[in-house]
Amino acid sequence: MSRLNRIWLLAAAALSLGAPLCAQQSLPPAPYAYRQLPDPAQERAAHELMQTLRCLTCQSQSIADSDAPMAGDMRHQVRTRIAAGEDPEAIRAWLIERYGDYVSYTPHVSATTWPLYAGPAVLALIAALLFRRRLARRA
Amino acid sequence: MIAELGLAALWLAAALAALQLAASVLSLRAGEGGETLGGVIRPTAILQGGVAALSFVLLMWLFIRTDLSVKLVAMNSHSAKPMIFKLAGTWGNHEGSMLLWVTVMALAGALIAAIERRLPEATMRATLGAQAFVGLGFYAFLLFSSNPFERLPRPVPEGMGLNPLLQDIGLAFHPPTLYFGYVGLSVAFSFAVGALLTRQVTPDFARAMRPWVLGAWVFLTIGITAGSYWAYYELGWGGWWFWDPVENASLMPWLAATALLHSASVLAARDALRAWTIMLGVIAFSMSMVGTFLVRSGILTSVHAFAVDPERGSFILALLAINIGGALALFGWRAGSIAEGERFALVSREGALVVNNVLLSAILGVVLLGTLYPLVTEAFDVRVSVGPPYFNPVSAIFALPMLAVMALGPLLRWRQDAVRRVRRPALLAAGLAVAGAVIAWLIAGPAGLLPTLGVALAVAVGIASLLPLRGRRLTRTPLPIWGMVLAHLGIAVSLLGMASESAWSQERLAALAPGESAEVGPWRVTLTKVVPVAGPNWTAIEGDMDARYQSGSPIPIAPQARSFWSPSQTTTESALVTRWNGQLYAVIGEAVGDGRWQVRLWWKPLVTLIWIGGLLIALGGVLALIGRVLGDLKRRSVLAKRLRWRGEQPV
Repeated sequence: MSRLNRIWLLAAAALSLGAPLCAQQSLPPAPYAYRQLPDPAQERAAHELMQTLRCLTCQSQSIADSDAPMAGDMRHQVRTRIAAGEDPEAIRAWLIERYGDYVSYTPHVSATTWPLYAGPAVLALIAALLFRRRLARRA
Repeated sequence: MIAELGLAALWLAAALAALQLAASVLSLRAGEGGETLGGVIRPTAILQGGVAALSFVLLMWLFIRTDLSVKLVAMNSHSAKPMIFKLAGTWGNHEGSMLLWVTVMALAGALIAAIERRLPEATMRATLGAQAFVGLGFYAFLLFSSNPFERLPRPVPEGMGLNPLLQDIGLAFHPPTLYFGYVGLSVAFSFAVGALLTRQVTPDFARAMRPWVLGAWVFLTIGITAGSYWAYYELGWGGWWFWDPVENASLMPWLAATALLHSASVLAARDALRAWTIMLGVIAFSMSMVGTFLVRSGILTSVHAFAVDPERGSFILALLAINIGGALALFGWRAGSIAEGERFALVSREGALVVNNVLLSAILGVVLLGTLYPLVTEAFDVRVSVGPPYFNPVSAIFALPMLAVMALGPLLRWRQDAVRRVRRPALLAAGLAVAGAVIAWLIAGPAGLLPTLGVALAVAVGIASLLPLRGRRLTRTPLPIWGMVLAHLGIAVSLLGMASESAWSQERLAALAPGESAEVGPWRVTLTKVVPVAGPNWTAIEGDMDARYQSGSPIPIAPQARSFWSPSQTTTESALVTRWNGQLYAVIGEAVGDGRWQVRLWWKPLVTLIWIGGLLIALGGVLALIGRVLGDLKRRSVLAKRLRWRGEQPV
């Protein structure tokens, strides 16, 4: 069975169990789900990436802090790919290609996400205007 | 019989709320002539509080007895559950938690009706009317779509049990404290609406509202702190804040209440920021209701969301629209007629407070946007994730300047001041901040930009927070000043913990056979044996370990992986070793074959400061509250004495 098929099967299994927080494990976890990379620098890079990837079967948890089997499988993917020398952003792109934008917690500015960044900018502008008005009134 | 009695009490409480609202509206319309009608309002509010509390106590009684003919008990309890969780389980479900909500709200109304006598009677009547109006909506919600007392056609032999993640002592404290906070803000909301209706926005109004805001804010602070620590030790991966929508739902009212607290202080002391204070009063409770909507509507899946029922979601959304929309419309209509308060310069205590108010509101806006945006896009079938990589930097843009202003604001004088007067303390704090960051790098190693700035600001705010005590006789310093100093110090302490945890935590995942060791940071942990253990409604695998800090003596720890059978679920019970400089966090996982077990270890330097800081903030709030209440009692007794001396009747 190919790796990808297995991920989908696990995802389906986890979803059908309907226990989003702690799904029971049916298959033994992939080797690097619960093992760190020997090279500390690589492990750090992997961990940084894992913290910004969403566990798709949990509620608001990254794959770096979830017991769900699918999170374990994704950790394994991230670690083995980092160990193979892949760039973290390339791995993110690969995951987004498979699971959609939803998998990444780092929303890049796009047609759907621009208000997330425009909003705070508008807030900053309003704040600046409020202060200016306050100053102008005094002068 | 008990369930029917409970339901009857709930209906009666709703009827009393309706009476309270009607009496309030009619007496306000009658103006001076509404005296007799207005006299009904306070007793009704007190009675309503009592009857709602009775209804809640009866529901608790049903849970204590595990009455399996009641649907809610059968769905959420189990006879083998320990008594503390049967009790706390009363609010560990949708209907029970909403009944707690409305009970707290009724009790808050009863309390203001019983003791608040500083405001003009017309304002009080309008306030209690607003409280009844909001309450009535939630009574309707309970009675028509979330009846906690519903019977089953025939009793079941055993209940379905409580979500094992909730079977923790945290359940006894976290939800009630948060609810006291959420619902306590309803008082501020009602005061704001009452003052708008009668156009009585005065320093007296701010003084009357302030203790309520303080109280609610203290409860919110404790609730958030407790919830964060609970998630930290229960979820088993050492995370303490996930920017989860339900966490944000508690943070948003806290941010609004913090802003309200400070602007109410300006209004009380200087008669400025009238409209702004009213606006924040409306927004703070609106955020509580938005939070309730997010958590209780079934729009999210979470350990906090108990039921997914679209009808309930629509109901809460309608309540939300009526209450918030109504209050904001009233604000828009009346705000123009509230005279502008006293003027002040930008460089002044008020100026600093305004800057911080605006920045707090901006952070609130960021959190609100980031929380609601994914829900909005989902309606259009586009799923986006907004998480820590968004919230951390974007809120920091506003939080960092806010913290800088917070450090210096308390040193400024009211009305007008000069920057050069605070130049020396500012330079001192800035210098120490840089020194602090450099020392942290030297001791613990390099860190990212945000954690480094966090450490620097924590040092600056920490030092600056103590400066208002300079030149004061400590024994004669008023309690509210102590409260401010402690709360600001708590922010610094908490910030230092957050920065340190995110920058210098170390993780170790290992597969250990009994007798083997793993190292994490300065710790060496040896797995001695793995044993099965059993509790009242669970079995567990326990990993007995010895933890050694550097060359110290071994400390025994025993993390567990628990399997509950009703409902069937596994939870991790982490083991923690707390030292002054941080916490060791140990988790036992599954067997990985050839006699080895997964062991997860973390060393989290200074992590406990996060929650110690939270408690300091709450303690500061308590001191300020005590100081305000004592001051008020003293003022009243002096006033009464003076009147008696003049031979007049005290009012």
